[in-house]
Amino acid sequence: MSEAIIGGQDRIAKRFAKLKEEGRAGLVTFITAGDPDPETSFEILKQLPEAGADIIELGMPFTDPMADGPAIQEASNRALAAGMHMRKTLSLVRGFRDQDHETPIILMGYYNPIYIYGVAEFLEDARNAGVDGLIVVDLPPEEDDELCVPTVKKGLSFIRLTAPTSDDKRLPKLVQNTSGFVYYVSVAGVTGAGSASNDQIIEAMARLRRHTDLPIAVGFGIKSAAQAADVAKQADAAVVGSAIVSKIAESLDENGKATDKTASMVTGLVRELANGVRNARK
Amino acid sequence: MSKPNSYRTLPDPDGHFGNFGGRFVAETLMPLILELEQAYKDAKSDPAFKKEMDYYLKHYVGRANPLYFAERLTDHLGGAKIYFKREDLNHTGAHKINNCIGQILLAKRMGKTRIIAETGAGQHGVATATVCARFGLPCTVYMGAKDIERQSPNVFRMKLLGAEVKPVVSGSRSLKDAMNEALRDWVTNVEDTFYIIGTAAGPHPYPELVRDFQSVIGIEAREQILEAEGRLPDQIIAAVGGGSNAIGLFHPFLDDKEVEVVGVEAAGHGIHTGKHAASLSAGKPGVLHGNRTYLLMDDDGQIKEADSISAGLDYPGIGPEHSWLKDIGRARYEPIGDHEALDAFKICSELEGIIPALECSHSIAQIIKEAPKMGKDKIILMCLSGRGDKDIFTVAEALGVEL
Repeated sequence: MSEAIIGGQDRIAKRFAKLKEEGRAGLVTFITAGDPDPETSFEILKQLPEAGADIIELGMPFTDPMADGPAIQEASNRALAAGMHMRKTLSLVRGFRDQDHETPIILMGYYNPIYIYGVAEFLEDARNAGVDGLIVVDLPPEEDDELCVPTVKKGLSFIRLTAPTSDDKRLPKLVQNTSGFVYYVSVAGVTGAGSASNDQIIEAMARLRRHTDLPIAVGFGIKSAAQAADVAKQADAAVVGSAIVSKIAESLDENGKATDKTASMVTGLVRELANGVRNARK
Repeated sequence: MSKPNSYRTLPDPDGHFGNFGGRFVAETLMPLILELEQAYKDAKSDPAFKKEMDYYLKHYVGRANPLYFAERLTDHLGGAKIYFKREDLNHTGAHKINNCIGQILLAKRMGKTRIIAETGAGQHGVATATVCARFGLPCTVYMGAKDIERQSPNVFRMKLLGAEVKPVVSGSRSLKDAMNEALRDWVTNVEDTFYIIGTAAGPHPYPELVRDFQSVIGIEAREQILEAEGRLPDQIIAAVGGGSNAIGLFHPFLDDKEVEVVGVEAAGHGIHTGKHAASLSAGKPGVLHGNRTYLLMDDDGQIKEADSISAGLDYPGIGPEHSWLKDIGRARYEPIGDHEALDAFKICSELEGIIPALECSHSIAQIIKEAPKMGKDKIILMCLSGRGDKDIFTVAEALGVEL
């Protein structure tokens, strides 16, 4: 596998190298592709790096997001209602890549839409669009032959979710075949619910470090700049999702449509979060 | 596809039935899924577990239930002899309790202190609430808001039994969304919670263990028909939503090559209308709720809402073993619409004095189609999976009767 891993995840490796140079953690922001509509979503996406996002996670909408809380479920529903589908998600990435060659984009979601697209064709189209990696919630290492192995062979990163339930016995299996970074889900639960304590994160980081040299991003339950800063003291990156898509929800008019405030409310929050993350270790 | 020597050896160690099944779940759940798999293996080889199971099945559920010769329906149709396996006579009125007894005993073995479940028609919810009351464990049942409206007697039953019924308002507000919500609860409460899945679907080992717990249906039926007729039936038939009563009936017969195996799916308003729940007849393989199986979805892999008059069949997927049995040709699956099921509901009530659940009314409807074409020397054995009392409001509404 190792010869393949070197392939196309330059952007992620370069970004973490740069963060290391700057002596700070990164901010990973999540939005759902097509939320609240494809055009507004593209506007938001384009503005994220300037607002302080170091890495972008772009959700692939799905009707049955089993591991997501209400905020991201609703984001998915808004996107689907606005006619979003996988090919449009990939063209969103392509449009972004035309102007930004450095910010890594990770597609995040569930397996079925990829499986139905066709794994080989999806990987080809995703790589050509400028996608750097995948996070697929419902593919544990037991199902690596499905997508993980083909993804890594294609030169994209397959980023693994690890959880509070991933103990020393389980972790060696989890860091196999993985690349880019490791995503630590800091609380057992759905996105946007409770948050982990500092001590819990410190303990988990130590556990993960025993098993991998990859950068570690910590997510789930991070809602404020202060929380992001706390995480940024320990981890290589902090991931924020539900809080950002909740801003989108908040910005909509009474018919659920985007307003002229939608993009700016999102970038405003991202700026605050980035400030928290960037000043955390000062 | 080549025919295997035995149809009863799957799943493989990774939970696959051919191309179907598997463990498509969030990593947070994986350690627990593996723990459950081990606990089930241990329980299977422990005579004390079997003894306990048998005790409760006999004294609490009321097994063995009869295999009943539906004489007047047979005469009416003028063809094959029709037998009903009377799961409707179980405590709580349906087959669901067989599985719940098995799973709650497993939960206790694993030291879990809280039970969650999803329910469609409410039968599985009632069965789960029942065993939770019996074994003194707190119980939360997730039920689609749409199903809560159409199955209010079962909602009240669950509450009487001490369960908390949580309405699910996300998605299509029916069974699939209740399952999503139960999975969300489980991932949040992995430490103390056991998820009693109601059908032979979900991540491995659920399809296997639910099948095994429901196989008591087929094991008894096989002995009973041999006793009654001195031979095996020509056809066994059951309705499939997720498919737990069907796989429970089918599995002990799968290696009896002379027995034809028929599953009946809900065709709702008709397959051509797109408003149905016939995932095997009109769906394609995909991944949802922990397993690969036939699903109803669009070209983008988005799951479609199922539609059936029977809340228990109103699910856009099917247990993975059925998908395998279909593809390999060991079983055939036939669609039956709402109207045909309603007619069968009435005919069975009037001719046999048995008000059947709307779920198994679908298989009665298929029998009404097929039995007259079969000779009088042929035998059909059907799983009458539950009683229809819970459905009288739905049926009354469909017939335009005000109660």
